[in-house]
Amino acid sequence: MSVESLVTILGMALVTFAIRAGGLLLANRLPQTGFIAAWLRHIPGAVLASLVAPAVIAGGPAEVIAAAATALAYLPTRNLFAAMAAGVGTVFLVRMLLGA
Amino acid sequence: MSAITTDRGNGAIEQFLLGARMFVPVAISVAAYGLVWGVLARQAGLSVGEVALMSGLVFAGASQFVALDLWTPGSLPVGAIVVSTAIINLRLALMTATLRPLVAHLPPWRAGLSMGLVADETWAMTMGEVAKGRGTLAYLLGSGALCYLAWLAATLCGRLLGSAIDDPSRYGLDFAFTATFLALLFGTWKGKTDLTPWIVAALAAIATAKLVPGNWHIIVGGLAGSFAGALAETIKARRDVG
Repeated sequence: MSVESLVTILGMALVTFAIRAGGLLLANRLPQTGFIAAWLRHIPGAVLASLVAPAVIAGGPAEVIAAAATALAYLPTRNLFAAMAAGVGTVFLVRMLLGA
Repeated sequence: MSAITTDRGNGAIEQFLLGARMFVPVAISVAAYGLVWGVLARQAGLSVGEVALMSGLVFAGASQFVALDLWTPGSLPVGAIVVSTAIINLRLALMTATLRPLVAHLPPWRAGLSMGLVADETWAMTMGEVAKGRGTLAYLLGSGALCYLAWLAATLCGRLLGSAIDDPSRYGLDFAFTATFLALLFGTWKGKTDLTPWIVAALAAIATAKLVPGNWHIIVGGLAGSFAGALAETIKARRDVG
C-alpha cells in the first residue's frame, strides 16, 4: 500500500469520524428546551422525509407505485420487514412490466 | 415475527441482539451494494488491503463510491477525496445530533466514540425505536455491528471475486433503503404537527436534489423541515397562550 493511499484513507476516516462524533457533541451543547430543542426534535422526521421524497419523485412510476405499496403494507401491520418486502417486490415487478 | 415483537428484553445484550436481528433484511441490501463497490474498487486499482482499510475505517458507502471515482493510483488527489468525503458525510452530523438521549448517561468521549457505527440505515432503524419510546445505545450498536460486518465482508468479497456482479437495482434492492426509510417515517408520526416539517422537508429536498449534485438535499431538507416544524410549534404555542 502506498503512503499516498494510506494518507487518503486515514484522512477520509478522520473527517468522517469527526462528523459522526461532532454532530452529537454539538447537540450536547445546545439548550434542551425552547425553540432550538423543538428544532432538534423535528430533525428525524425531516431527515427521513428528505431521504425518501427525492428517491420516489426522481425515480418515476415504478418508485411511486412501490412507495404506495410500502405504505399499504406498513400502515396496517406496522411491520418493517413486510413494508420492505412489499416495496422491493413491487419495484421489481413494475420495472419488469415497464421494461425499465 | 411475533417472537421478535414480544421478546423485547431490556438488558443491553438483548437490545444489542434485537438491533442486529431487526437489521438483517436491510443488511442484505447493504451487502449487495458492498459487493458492487468491491468490484468497482478492483477496477479502480485498490488493493485488498486498501479495501479492508477503507471499509473498516471510513464505513460510509456513498463517500466510498465517490472516492472510487476520484481514485487514480500513482497520483491520488488526496485533498479532493478527503474534502468530498466530508461534504458527502456531513449529513451524518445531523443524524447523530438526534441521538443525544441515547448517550446522555455517558461521558462525552465515550458518547462520541459510540457514534462510530452510525450510518443512514442504522440511524433510521434506531430512530424508529426511539419514536416508539424504546431505542437504546445497545440497539444502535447491534444494528451497527451487523451493518459494519455486512459492509466489510461484502466489499472484500467483491474485491476478491471481482467478476461481473449484477446491478442490485435489477432486483429492486435499491428500493429497500427507500422503503425502510418510508416505513420508519410513518412510524415516527405523532400527530398533525408532524405534517408541516415533513412537507417542507420533502419539498426542499426535491428542489435541492434537482439543483445541486451530491447529498445536500438531505441536509437542506432536514434543516428546513425541522426549522419549519419548530416554527409552527412555537406559533401555535403563542396562539394557545394568547
